[in-house]
Amino acid sequence: MRFYRSHVLVCGGTPCVLEGCTAVRDALIGELKRLGLDEEVRVVETGCLGPCDLGPVIVVYPEGTLYEKVKVSDVPRIVEEHLLKGRIVRSLTGEGRVLGIARYEEPQYLEVQERIVLRNCGIIDPSSIEEYIAADGYRALAKCLTEMEPSDVIEVVKESGLVGRGGAAFPTGLKWNFTAKADADEKFIICNADEGEPGTFKDRLILEGDPHSIIEAMAIAGYAVGANRGFVYIRGEYGLSIDRINEGIKQAKAMGLLGEDILGSGFSFDIEIRRGAGAYVCGEETALIESMEGGRGEPRVKPPYPSTHGFLGKPTVVNNVETLANIPPIILDGSDWFRGFGTSRCPGTKVFTMTGDINCKGLIEVPMGITLRKIIYEIGGGIPGGRKFKMAQTGGTSGGCLPAEMLDVPMDYFTLPEMGSALGSGALLIMDDSHCIVDIAESFMRFFASESCGKCVPCREGTARLHDIVKKLAEGNGTGEDIRLLEDLSHTMQRTALCGLGQSAPVPIMTMLKYFRDEFESHIKDRLCPTGTCRL
Amino acid sequence: MKTVDDLERIRKQAKAMTRLRESAETTKIVVAMGTCGIAAGARETLSAIMDELARRNLQDVIVTQTGCIGLCEQEPIIAVMIPGREKVSYGRVSPEKARQIVASHVVNGQVVGEWVIPTG
Repeated sequence: MRFYRSHVLVCGGTPCVLEGCTAVRDALIGELKRLGLDEEVRVVETGCLGPCDLGPVIVVYPEGTLYEKVKVSDVPRIVEEHLLKGRIVRSLTGEGRVLGIARYEEPQYLEVQERIVLRNCGIIDPSSIEEYIAADGYRALAKCLTEMEPSDVIEVVKESGLVGRGGAAFPTGLKWNFTAKADADEKFIICNADEGEPGTFKDRLILEGDPHSIIEAMAIAGYAVGANRGFVYIRGEYGLSIDRINEGIKQAKAMGLLGEDILGSGFSFDIEIRRGAGAYVCGEETALIESMEGGRGEPRVKPPYPSTHGFLGKPTVVNNVETLANIPPIILDGSDWFRGFGTSRCPGTKVFTMTGDINCKGLIEVPMGITLRKIIYEIGGGIPGGRKFKMAQTGGTSGGCLPAEMLDVPMDYFTLPEMGSALGSGALLIMDDSHCIVDIAESFMRFFASESCGKCVPCREGTARLHDIVKKLAEGNGTGEDIRLLEDLSHTMQRTALCGLGQSAPVPIMTMLKYFRDEFESHIKDRLCPTGTCRL
Repeated sequence: MKTVDDLERIRKQAKAMTRLRESAETTKIVVAMGTCGIAAGARETLSAIMDELARRNLQDVIVTQTGCIGLCEQEPIIAVMIPGREKVSYGRVSPEKARQIVASHVVNGQVVGEWVIPTG
């Protein structure tokens, strides 16, 4: 094994790749070679470090120094000053804001965050199974296979209170139990990585940053419910995620952590990748299964649920990426440990991708029950340009809109629905007071009208009509009757649509009407937009 | 990999690779790498230290650099910091001296008195 005195971590998450981190990495390697430092300094490409708006980001260890917005032209200076002479290049370290990574110097931003799901993201080299193993990787699987019965595994997951992080918040242990109890000759595990909510890219960054945690969790799920085959259904656009998972599967097989008779336990498990073709509705589990079987991506009538009648009609567990990433730590540290995070009703953490009108955009993981105010002002650094906060949409386009009055409401899967909103999958879109609510509603509804698969009438017709009405309002041709119609239609869709798409498409409209009704009304009565920014 | 023990063995080996990124209290060797230090041969000294640590499999020791500390005539200078003990600086450290300092001071805790830069 080689000895290195310094590790340089280059963020290889997609946001940083877009900012040009690959060129920075190559320049680093070239420059180190030129100065003969390549034997002493190791360059490691990691997953997302968190502060996406500061990319490309690199971290130099052992000092733990973070350099932000690194350009290729900065590289010679960093190498010569820091890596050769040991002098930190202060002009490139920015203000020292750190969203998530472990850093010795200034940990204050980390205090608000808890890293369970992202425990390895930005810290290990995701393309190295050894680094994952060094970070306690595959120990949870080994513990399950050697010390626990399948029913014990399910019991721990049940006890932990973990609920699905894809948005539906169904108790994971219960789901596993249904599949474990089902009688069948074959069962399956599916990891739902068809992350389609606009603004959500957390699953992508988890897969890129820590692929082995998903592979390990799927094997654990397989052991718990009695399945020997797993599938990762990934969006076709997620090229890097697909590469990393493929590489991970190959490494795990080579080490005997996937395949036949894992660790001499007699348990066998194998994983394959299925690529999604970009339909929003395929994130819905039954539509996803339809598409895996080669059919049109359309949802099935439920019940029966996939836990008993899933892929090829066999019992199938479908879990979201983030849900699975929670499993290995829960197995290793126990359900009581997990319940120490978040709220008593909703333990654990939530990963968000924070975008929109906010100073610090990026990937964060916070305890359940945290308030929006804390996220925006303590982690996010507030609203740019001194503007006022108007609303936040949680969970992507199908999520609810939270106004300023809701800044202090605990955010979890149970409190928000009680207030007519939803936590959703993991996007956090912040908007300041320069945005017109009717305009936003119009763009959301256009999205749903285009993404409805058309199988059931309430959604096919409903999303089109919602868009028509909102468009009429946005153009200044609305009447008071239209608002009543929007509400009526929303209620009908929520109760009658076949799947989550049609049921949740009206959620943003409902919450907007609840909290910003006067803005809709002034578009109708006065034909005036209070923000003065829309087309009226 | 066939057993849980195999996994544990790989874990221990791999852990040594990433230890550098943890902030645990550990022995540190600081090499002065200002222009004066480099001119006096600090690069070779640093390489010798790295090589000696690898040869002795001393995975817990962190090696970092610092700039000129104003004692240019004493370069190459290295400092050994062991947690709970006073920092010791050595002057005119050739690669050969560096190897001996690693063996005597870092491994056995014996300060090599004759090469120490007197302070205060």
